[in-house]
Amino acid sequence: MQNAEDLKAIQRRLQPPMVEGEHTFATVSDKISDLTLKKKTPFHWFIGFGIAFLVAQTLLFTVVYLVTTGIGIWGNNQPIGWAFDIINFVWWIGIGHAGTLISAILLLLNQKWRTSINRFAEAMTLFAVACAGLFPLLHTGRPWLAYWLFPYPNTMGMWPQFRSPLMWDVFAVSTYATVSALFWYVGLIPDLATLRDRAKNKYFRIVYGLLAMGWRGSARHWHRYEVAYLLLAGLSTPLVLSVHSIVSFDFSVAQLPGWHATIFPPYFVAGAVFAGFAMVLILCIPLRRVYKMQDFITHTHLVYMAKVMLATGLIVVYGYAMEGFFGWYSANEYEYFMIKNRIWEGPYWWFYWLLILCNGMSIQLLWFKRFRESEFWLFVIAVIVSIGMWLERFVIIVTSLHRDFLPSSWAMYRPTVFDWSMFVGTLGFFFTLIYLFVRFVPIISIFEVRTLLPQANVHGHQQEFDENVLEADDAHAKK
Amino acid sequence: MAQIFHYSANNVAKLTIVAAVVLAGVAGFVYTQVARSSYLTGRYVEKQQPVQFSHKHHSGDDGIDCRYCHTAVETSSSAGMPPTQTCMNCHSQIWADSPYLEPVRASYRENKPIEWERVHDLPEYVYFNHSIHIAKGVGCSTCHGQIDNMPAVYQENTLQMEWCLQCHREPEKYIRPKSEIYNIQWNGGDLTAEERLNLKADYRIRNEQMMTSCSTCHR
Repeated sequence: MQNAEDLKAIQRRLQPPMVEGEHTFATVSDKISDLTLKKKTPFHWFIGFGIAFLVAQTLLFTVVYLVTTGIGIWGNNQPIGWAFDIINFVWWIGIGHAGTLISAILLLLNQKWRTSINRFAEAMTLFAVACAGLFPLLHTGRPWLAYWLFPYPNTMGMWPQFRSPLMWDVFAVSTYATVSALFWYVGLIPDLATLRDRAKNKYFRIVYGLLAMGWRGSARHWHRYEVAYLLLAGLSTPLVLSVHSIVSFDFSVAQLPGWHATIFPPYFVAGAVFAGFAMVLILCIPLRRVYKMQDFITHTHLVYMAKVMLATGLIVVYGYAMEGFFGWYSANEYEYFMIKNRIWEGPYWWFYWLLILCNGMSIQLLWFKRFRESEFWLFVIAVIVSIGMWLERFVIIVTSLHRDFLPSSWAMYRPTVFDWSMFVGTLGFFFTLIYLFVRFVPIISIFEVRTLLPQANVHGHQQEFDENVLEADDAHAKK
Repeated sequence: MAQIFHYSANNVAKLTIVAAVVLAGVAGFVYTQVARSSYLTGRYVEKQQPVQFSHKHHSGDDGIDCRYCHTAVETSSSAGMPPTQTCMNCHSQIWADSPYLEPVRASYRENKPIEWERVHDLPEYVYFNHSIHIAKGVGCSTCHGQIDNMPAVYQENTLQMEWCLQCHREPEKYIRPKSEIYNIQWNGGDLTAEERLNLKADYRIRNEQMMTSCSTCHR
């Protein structure tokens, strides 16, 4: 029989607590809601917001110039008809995926650790989808006519081309954005009500009150909330898989070597989750530090996310290996030429190796506890992975297009300053939204974190767990 | 602490759900109507011309054939606007002193074309050819309406793509025998469905895929 101290240690190892420190229901509410309701906005917030907002202005400038001039200001032209616009679209959409995975799939799988990261991961999803949507929208050249993409009784007497994956994209991304927004908002309602009740300022009370839609926390409210949340989770779950599968169809349905591969849908989905978790880590490592949220976004959370990143990263590496294998095994000279051109013969070969370095090599460090458990290394690896995932889309899109079927049209792609300003601008826009979110919305779900406290589970699984550990221990001692 | 919202807010909130659905429906309906309105398409709007030329008089009362003035309609993409000389064929003899015709005589004297206002203005991105439509059995009045009844010409149809496609999808409903092309009074005759299909076959009008292919009209 072990003593109580050892029992605690075993238990901690087998089932790490999701909330550290001594917390009660009240301190959880105080700590998280204070971020939003505290009178003084911290100085560093203004600095960060200011920088992000300034960078976002380059987006505004580029968009205005683009709309008044035309998409000729970008560097893509025949045969490289798609370049930064689609690279960045796929990159941003991919980043959004972690949010949906965390909120929907982990909820259905009853993974408690999702609770303290789902709120800002979902916000990240929404903002990333907003950034992503800008690129194809502006690539149409006349964004004010973008509603032509939707099937509606128009005066042209035509439906959109339903057989085109670009059309499927419109439905997939708009559905994804809608369901993500709904999911985020529904999950926010009880917290908005908490803010409404705690706010001292009259206008805050009115605004949060309107947004809380009359939430009073009655049993009936909670019942309906749980049903709605579960239904939305069920709706979002297929979306995690479908959205990026459809994005991958943009390529794989085309007949271009380098795009036309059956592995694309699963490989893109894994890549999306991979990139998404990297971005969640990039956001939450500084966030938990600056706002002293280490009690809620614990060390365990970071380690779990690192493991998801490693797992999905390995699937992506498998995808790279398969692409190479297909190129050789297909015995198709165009496929094989594409692989040769991409990996060692073509002018963009070093992009490919940079990509392997970022996505393939760097994550191998996560096998080791030392790197997995270090906040610094996790942050560095997450940034490298984000760059790597961007490079992956560059390699797929540009190196496949720049050597197309007709050698006379072969060309090189060089981004213009407006390609860059638009990309950097969306980064600024993204972080501007993140800063606003951090200031005005509880970044961690208050009511869900409260359910993680031991107090919320007095007679429940804890006791059962203790008994199981004791039994196992006794069995071990008897041996 | 007093309540922030009056209890009636609950009902207002419920009302907004209904209102949002109704508003979306109304907005959709208004859109479909406005997008096809003559305000946006210019349909039925009479254009004032530099000369008070009446198609009703020349075509309807006098019975002048369309091709007397629009000479290129059978051979060219444009039907052709007549030169002032065509007007003067008659008007050097009749109504030669009419003050209404002074701009015509001035144009003739100075050898300067009359600047007519365009009534049917298709967008630049549409490749439209009059001669092929004439050759395949589309009569003048099918698109231009009762020109012989218009003192000042106006656009009879919306010229929107859905209107073009109506005929490109089912040309047999709109074509007529070769002899009736310039008959503005033609009311569709009493052709049976079979006769219409035969007509379509005789004209060798291509299938729907070809007729509605993007590059048939947008080249």
